[in-house]
Amino acid sequence: MSGVELTADEVRHVAALARLGLDDAEVERLGRELTSILAHVNTIAALPIADVPPTKHSRDSADSLRPDVARPGLPREDALRNAPDPSADGFRVPPIGA
Amino acid sequence: MSAPWQRDGYEAVIGLEIHVQLNTASKMFCSCPNNFGDEPNTNVCMVCLAHPGALPVANAEAVRQSVRVGLALGCQIPDVSEFSRKQYFYPDSPKAYQISQYDQPLCGEGIFRVPGADGFTVRLTRAHLEEDAAKMIHAGGEGGRISGSAGSVVDFNRVGTPLLEIVTEPDIRSPEDARRFLTLLRATVIAIGASECDMEKGSLRADANVSIRPIGSTEYGTKTELKNMNSFRFLERGVEAELERQLGLVQAGERIDQETLHFDPTTGTLSSLRSKEQAHDYRYFPEPDLLPVTQDQESLAALAGHLPELPVARFDRLSEAGLVEATALVLATDTGLAAYLDDLALRTGDLKIAANWVMGELQAHLNADALSAVQSPVTPERLAALIALVVDGTINQTAAKEVFAALVADPAATAAGVVQDRNLAQVGGDDALGEIIDAVLAAHPDEVEAFRGGREQVIGFLVGQCMKQSGGRADAKALQGLLRARLSS
Ligand SMILES: [Zn+2]
Repeated sequence: MSGVELTADEVRHVAALARLGLDDAEVERLGRELTSILAHVNTIAALPIADVPPTKHSRDSADSLRPDVARPGLPREDALRNAPDPSADGFRVPPIGA
Repeated sequence: MSAPWQRDGYEAVIGLEIHVQLNTASKMFCSCPNNFGDEPNTNVCMVCLAHPGALPVANAEAVRQSVRVGLALGCQIPDVSEFSRKQYFYPDSPKAYQISQYDQPLCGEGIFRVPGADGFTVRLTRAHLEEDAAKMIHAGGEGGRISGSAGSVVDFNRVGTPLLEIVTEPDIRSPEDARRFLTLLRATVIAIGASECDMEKGSLRADANVSIRPIGSTEYGTKTELKNMNSFRFLERGVEAELERQLGLVQAGERIDQETLHFDPTTGTLSSLRSKEQAHDYRYFPEPDLLPVTQDQESLAALAGHLPELPVARFDRLSEAGLVEATALVLATDTGLAAYLDDLALRTGDLKIAANWVMGELQAHLNADALSAVQSPVTPERLAALIALVVDGTINQTAAKEVFAALVADPAATAAGVVQDRNLAQVGGDDALGEIIDAVLAAHPDEVEAFRGGREQVIGFLVGQCMKQSGGRADAKALQGLLRARLSS
């Protein structure tokens, strides 16, 4: 079952939400690929699966909680080690809204 | 309900979203200490910094405290709840999503009652558990303004700390009721010990959804969201200002835009936040890295059974015991003061007298010395001994205040000891009082004449003179009676 075709605008909207910059060729290619994924999902949706509970996790269990015990985190030098632009005590980020 | 906000045929429709920081020892999904006031970026790890492959594990205590809050607020607690991812891009969220809850929150619908003669109820939509965002330290300017190319520095100590978001239905009809509701809700969360709920420090944050509609309409108008008002006064003033703004727009025939607004308390004005951001599209989906959380009826019953007395129930109890509403409300919302009162009332056997002392001398002293009730040197035991001396007539009210001050000043003093040392025992008995009265009447023949001539109010002056003569120790009631008898004879 098909009938769903993503428009170029829809592809651009989804890309903007994911902060992806796409050129026109990519919009065209990804539109085709996403349409085919949606068609696949629609094929599944057409199956008689109303009584099958959704599978959200690979394990069929619950309540994997941990006790509320605090442990020291990373030393700050280590925490900042991979930061692209560390300051003395933090992660510097570019101006927002610029 | 207080008088609803109604102007020119329109009424207010207000709902609140309340964020409560839970006071667990560790963060929500990792073991970092939940102390975000520490030196920046000292309570961080691979999980809360979102290093690839680091997996979250939910904090059992955060879940337990959230359920306790839900039970205290009268929420249904579903058997199963789940975490979901809320996607957004901002430097305060290193994963580019926040772990929150969407269609299966920990706490479901509830009803919260604001008690009193003009009380009201507010339906709660839900309460869900999520992780807080990091703190942005904006460089280059006062007041957190982002300026030039300086950018910002991110402190991730707060990221991943547990946050309970409580959402109400739009059932509130005035800014004052919004404040009253939040006051009691806050007191309830404090009473069960889940959070300090300090608005100034941000451990309690309230957003308000505000709209207006023609009185009697059942539809809702376009709402705006007022963000993070950090005091009860600002909440009330911010909502009031927004209602006025919306009314102005409607009356000018203009449209109300759905937007997020920031209230500036120094100017009393509202400004639009993130107006450029497109409509929220968080694309929630189930968090695959966390398993569902289940509740069984037995554990829920145990948690509910072990909740302390809650402010609403305490208000009811104190009101039924005869305390006036304002007093009952103060005591209901201050767990420490209420515990002191209950201890004192148990010792004196009279709740009303105990409440008078707690609301009067004790509170004045606590305020003056910046102490909580439990820190006061005047313990319920010491105050009860003082009250006993008033009740049995050993001292009068004036002397009692002096004794109280002495108990504050000297933690080793006892009420009886102070009374003896300072000779404060009441002058009662007809003989002792009679002597004083005779002396005063002899010294003021004109006033005596005036009273006998019909100027009744002169008795106040004569009582005052006798009281002065006694050094303030006369039994005022006995004195009045005796004086009248003497003047009428
Ligand atoms: Zn961590």
